[in-house]
Amino acid sequence: MLTLLQRVTQGSTMKNTDIKRLFYAHLLCVFSIILSTFVPSFFLESFSILETHLTWLCICSVSVIAVNLVLYFVVKPNVSSKRSSSSHKVARFLKCCIYFLMSCFSFHVIFVLYGAPLIELVLETFLFAVILSTFTTVPCLCLLGPNLKAWLRVFSRNGVSSIWENSLQITTIASFIGAWLGAFPIPLDWGRPWQVWPISCTLGATFGYVAGLVLSPLWIYRNRKQLTYKNN
Amino acid sequence: MRWLGIGTVYLQMQKVSVLLFLAWVCFLFYAGIALFTSGFLLTRLELTNHSSCQEPPGPGSLPWGHRGQPGACWMAARFSRVVLVLIDALRFDFAQPQRSAEPPASLPFLGKLGSLQKILETQPHHARLYRAQVDPPTTTMQRLKALTTGSLPTFIDAGSNFASHAIVEDNLIKQLNSAGRRIVFMGDDTWKALFPGAFSQAFFFPSFNTRDLHTVDNGILEHLYPTMDSGEWDVLIAHFLGVDHCGHRHGPHHPEMAKKLSQMDQVIQGLVERLENDTLLVVAGDHGMTVSGDHGGDSELEVSAALFLYSPTALFPSTPPEEPEVIPQISLVPTLALLLGLPIPFGNIGEVIAELFSGGKDSQPHSSALAQASALHINAQQVSRFLHTYSAATQDFQVVELRRLQNLFSKASADYQWLLKNPQGAEETLKTVAAELQQFLRGARAVCIEFWARFSLVRMAGGAALLAAACFLCMLASQWATSPAFPFYSLLLIPVAWGVAGAMVCAALLATTGLKLDVVVLAAVAAVGSLLPFLWNAWAGWGPGRPLTSLLPIPRPILLLLLIRLAAFFSDSFVVAEAKATPFLLGSLILLLVVQLHWEGQMLPPKLLTIPRLGSSAPTGLPRHSGTYALRLGVGLLLCTRLAGLFHRCPEETPACHSSPWLNPLASMVGGRAKNLWYGACVGALVALLAAVRLWLRHYGNLKSPEPPVLFVRWGLPLMALGTAAYWALASGADEAPPRLRALVAGASAVLPRAVVGLAAAGLVLLLWRPVTVLVKAGAGAPRTRTVLTPFSGPPTSQADLDYVVPQIYRHMQEEFRGRLERTRSEGPLTVAVYQLGSVYSAAMVTALTLLAFPLLLLHTERISLVFLLLFLQSFLLLHLLAAGVPVPSPGPFTVPWQAVSAWALMAAQTFYSTGHQPVFPAIHWHAAFVGFPEGHGSSTWLPALLVGANTFASHLLFAGSRLSTAPALALPV
Repeated sequence: MLTLLQRVTQGSTMKNTDIKRLFYAHLLCVFSIILSTFVPSFFLESFSILETHLTWLCICSVSVIAVNLVLYFVVKPNVSSKRSSSSHKVARFLKCCIYFLMSCFSFHVIFVLYGAPLIELVLETFLFAVILSTFTTVPCLCLLGPNLKAWLRVFSRNGVSSIWENSLQITTIASFIGAWLGAFPIPLDWGRPWQVWPISCTLGATFGYVAGLVLSPLWIYRNRKQLTYKNN
Repeated sequence: MRWLGIGTVYLQMQKVSVLLFLAWVCFLFYAGIALFTSGFLLTRLELTNHSSCQEPPGPGSLPWGHRGQPGACWMAARFSRVVLVLIDALRFDFAQPQRSAEPPASLPFLGKLGSLQKILETQPHHARLYRAQVDPPTTTMQRLKALTTGSLPTFIDAGSNFASHAIVEDNLIKQLNSAGRRIVFMGDDTWKALFPGAFSQAFFFPSFNTRDLHTVDNGILEHLYPTMDSGEWDVLIAHFLGVDHCGHRHGPHHPEMAKKLSQMDQVIQGLVERLENDTLLVVAGDHGMTVSGDHGGDSELEVSAALFLYSPTALFPSTPPEEPEVIPQISLVPTLALLLGLPIPFGNIGEVIAELFSGGKDSQPHSSALAQASALHINAQQVSRFLHTYSAATQDFQVVELRRLQNLFSKASADYQWLLKNPQGAEETLKTVAAELQQFLRGARAVCIEFWARFSLVRMAGGAALLAAACFLCMLASQWATSPAFPFYSLLLIPVAWGVAGAMVCAALLATTGLKLDVVVLAAVAAVGSLLPFLWNAWAGWGPGRPLTSLLPIPRPILLLLLIRLAAFFSDSFVVAEAKATPFLLGSLILLLVVQLHWEGQMLPPKLLTIPRLGSSAPTGLPRHSGTYALRLGVGLLLCTRLAGLFHRCPEETPACHSSPWLNPLASMVGGRAKNLWYGACVGALVALLAAVRLWLRHYGNLKSPEPPVLFVRWGLPLMALGTAAYWALASGADEAPPRLRALVAGASAVLPRAVVGLAAAGLVLLLWRPVTVLVKAGAGAPRTRTVLTPFSGPPTSQADLDYVVPQIYRHMQEEFRGRLERTRSEGPLTVAVYQLGSVYSAAMVTALTLLAFPLLLLHTERISLVFLLLFLQSFLLLHLLAAGVPVPSPGPFTVPWQAVSAWALMAAQTFYSTGHQPVFPAIHWHAAFVGFPEGHGSSTWLPALLVGANTFASHLLFAGSRLSTAPALALPV
C-alpha cells in the first residue's frame, strides 16, 4: 500500500497511468455486463432481460463477480497484508464469502423495510439483494478486504486514500442511487413489463453501476490536480 | 412547527402580538382553502320531494283528460313494458353504424354491433341511435344516479345519508315501485346499494374485480332469456360490465374488446327477437372511455355514450338522420317516465325526446305536433316546479337567471294554453310553442350545469395562489423571526388594516351593485388585501446586497425530497400510491440522516462535545453517539414504519389489493378466542403506551414535581386508559350482553368516551396553565448566584434540549428570583436549584401528546391502538436521531432544522394512511360520529362533523398538537 501511495503522490505521470489502468478495469466491468445481456441468448432458448429476468440477474451477478476477481488478481490495486500463508488466504476468502452473504441478507431486510413484499416474490427480492451486493460489496471486498473499519473510512468525508478507493466510492454510491431511483416508476400506470418489482430497481442499480464505472475515471481525471491522497 | 422559533426567541415580547400574527396566518390559510373548495367541491342539495300521480306538476288540464284511465298518470302510457340494457362504458363509436362504402374497419371496436345497424337500416321507423352527452363525473355510481333521477350528481350530494349510498331523491325506480310495476334486475351490484329492496327479483354480481371480464355478463345471460320468457316482469334491467372491465384491463384497442362487443351484439339480437309489441328496448352506455380504457373525467371520449331505442311498433315519423342526433343522456329519464305513464321524477332537469311522442309514421302532422308539445309542456311544468322548490331551499341560483327562465316559461305556457283553447291553430304555431318550451328546458339545464357541474377555475386558481402566497409568507417569517429586530407589531397592523379596508370596499361594491354577498369572496379579498402590503414590505425591506439563496436555507438533499413529494401530487398514479410512496420517502429521509451522520464523521468513536451553555457551568460534555447508535435508531424507525404500513386500506382504484383485516372493529370478528386475543393485544398496547410515558417521565425526574399536570399524569392517565379499555370491551361485545344488562351497556358506552374526553380536556387545560414541570428549590448559603449547578440527568432527549431555550429559561428564572428577593430586601446571596430543566421542553410535549392521543384513539377502531403505539415509538426514535444529528448549537436564536420539519410532516402523512384512511370520500370513517353518541345526534351537524374530522385528521392533530403545549410554555414567564 505504501509503495503504491507513494507512487501516486509522487508524480502526475504515475497518476495518469493509474487512471488509465482504472479506466481499462472499469471498461472490462462494463463489457462484462454487456456480454451478460447478449451472450446467453446464443445458448439459452427464449432468453431476454425482462422475460427471464432472474436468469439474467444470476448471469450478470456471476460475470461481474468473476471480472472483479480477475481484476483483483491481475491489477492488484491493493497490496495484500504481510501474512500470506495459504491457510490465512483460505480464512480470508471464507470471511469474504460470509460478508457477501451477510450483505445480501441485510439488503433483503432493508428492501422489505422499504416496502417490498414480505412473503410474495421472496426469490426476486433476494436476487435483487444479490445483484446490489455484487455491485457494491464485492468491489469493496476485493479492494479493501473483509475489514469493516476500512469500509467505514472510505465512505466518510475525506476518507479515501487512493484513486481506486475514490472510484469505489463513486460506483457504490451510484449503484445505490440507481436502485433508489429505480423504485419511482413502479406506481405509474404505464403498464410496461419493466415496471414490475424488482425489475425497475435491478435495472436502475445496473445503470447506476455502469454510470459510476464510466464516470468515476473521467471525474478523477478531471479533478486529478485537486486530488491529493493522504497516507493513513 | 417553525413558529416555535418565534415563540422561543422573544420571551419578553408581548405574547399577544405573536398570537395575533399566528391567527392572521391561520386566517390566510382558511381563506385560501375556502376559496379553492368553493370552486372545486361541487355541491348540490338533495330534495326529498316526490312527484305523484294525483298531483300534476302545474295548473292546467292534463292532455286529453287521461286522469281517470288506469295505468296513466300525467300522460297515457305508450308502452307497458321496458327492457333496459345498460352496457357499462358503451362509447358512442362502439355502436356507430359503419358505412359500407368505407374500407372494412381496422380498429377492433368499430362496427361490432352489427345488429343495431341492421335494425336501423331495415326498420328506420322503429329504431333510433343517439349520441348521448354525459355530464361529468363519468363514474358508474354517479351515472346511475343521473339515469334514474334525471339530475346532475355532484361529488357531494348534501343531505345524503351517512355511509349509505341509497338514493333519497325521487327517481324512476321509486316511481315504478309506487305504480306497482315489477322490476327485475340483473348485473352490477352497485344497484343493490343504490336501490335497496326495490326489485321484485334481482341477480347481483360483484363489480369490483375489473380484471374479471366474464362473471357478470355470463351470470346475466344465464338468467336473461328465462326471465324474459317467463313474463314475470314489467321492467327488466340488465347491467353488463364486460365492456368496461375489458377497457380497464386491455383498453379499447384490444382484440378482446371485439369479442366482448360481438357478445353484446348477440345479446341485443336475442332480445330483439323476443320483444313483444308493447315493449320498448333501450340499449345505453352509462359513459364512454378514454383511449386507455379509463373513465371518470370530462374528455370528449368519456362523455359520449351510445343510446339506442327500438320498439316492434313504429315509433318515429321520419327515417333516422345521417349523423345521429346529440342529446343529453338524462333526456332518457322524462322520456321513459312519460312513455310508461309515470310521473316524471321530481328533480329531473332532462328534456323529453320529443320525436318519440309523435305517434308513429301514420299519425296526422297536427296531432303529432300537439302530442309533442303537450309532452314538452308537462316536462317544462315539472322542471319549473323543481327550480322553484330548489331555489326556495338554497341560494345556489342567481335571481336574475331565475327571473329570465320564469319569464320564458310563463310565455311558452300561455301560448300553449291558448293553443289548447283554439284547437284550429296551425301546425306551425304548435312548432313555435314546442321550440319555446325546449328553449326553457335547455336554459334551465344550462343554469343547473353552471351551478352544479362546472368547476370554477378562477376560484380554484385564486385559492391555490392564496395558499401558495401564505406558504411563502410562512417561509419568510420563519427566516425573519430569527433576526432580533423582527417587527411583528407593525407587520401585523398595517396588513390587517389593509385587509379590512379591502373587504369593506368589496362589500360596499357588492351591496351597491345588488349582487349576492359571498363570505368566501369577502374573506379572500381581505386575505389578499392584507397579504399584498406584507409582501410589498418584504420586497422593499429585502435590501440589494442580500443573495436570494438565503431565502432557502434548506439542505439540498432535503430540498430534493420535498420537491419529489411535491411533484408526486401532480401524478395521479402517485396520488393513488401515496400510502406506499410516503413511507418510502420517509425511509429515504431516515437513511439519509443516518448516512449523513456517518459521512460527517459524527458516528465515529464517541468524542466529548462541550456545549457552551450560557451562564451555567453544567457538565454537558455528554457522550453523544456510539458507533452504531444512529444506525440502530434508523433501523428501528424503518421497522416501525413498515409495521405501521401493515395497517393499510386499499384505494378504490387498485382492485387487486386487499385491505388489512385489522382495520375492522373487533365487534365484526366471529371467533371468540381470536377476539379475546386481539382485545388483549389492544389493551396491552394501551398499557405499554402508558408505561412508556411514565417510565420516560420518571427517568428524567419529571414525576417528582408537585405541579398539577404531574399529578394528572400520575393519576389521570391510568384512569383514561381504564375507561378506554372498558369502552372497547363494551363496544366489541355489546351484542353478547345479557338482555337485562342492555340498558346499562348502552348507557356506559355513551358515558365512557365522554368521560375520557373530559379527562383529556382537563389535563390539557392544566398543562396550558402550568406547562413547566420543574422543581424549584431556593435556599440560603451559597456564595454566588452565578455558579449554580443545574442537575442535568441523562442524555438529551430531543434537539430541543440542546437548544438555546433551556439556558434561556434558566436565566429568566434566575433573574426572576433575584428580582423577587431584592424586592423583599432580604439580605445574603441565595442559591436557586432547579431540577428537570433538561426535559422541561420534552416533558410537556410528551404529556400533551399522550393526552391528545386518548380521545383520538377512541374515535378509531380498537386495533388502531397498535398503530398509535408505533407512532409514539417512531416519534421518540426520530427525535433521538435528530438530536444525534444536530450540530453543536451555535450561540444565537433557536431554529428547528429542516430535516425535523420534513420528517415530522412525512410521518404525519404516513400515519394518516396507517390509521386506515384514504383521501377519498367513501373512505371517511363515518362510524366515528357515533362514538359516545350511540343514538345519533338528532339534527345537530357540527358535533358529528367535529368527531369525523378529528378521526380523519388524527395523525396531523397529534403531530402538530404535540407542539401545542410547548409554545406557550416558552412564552410564559415561570
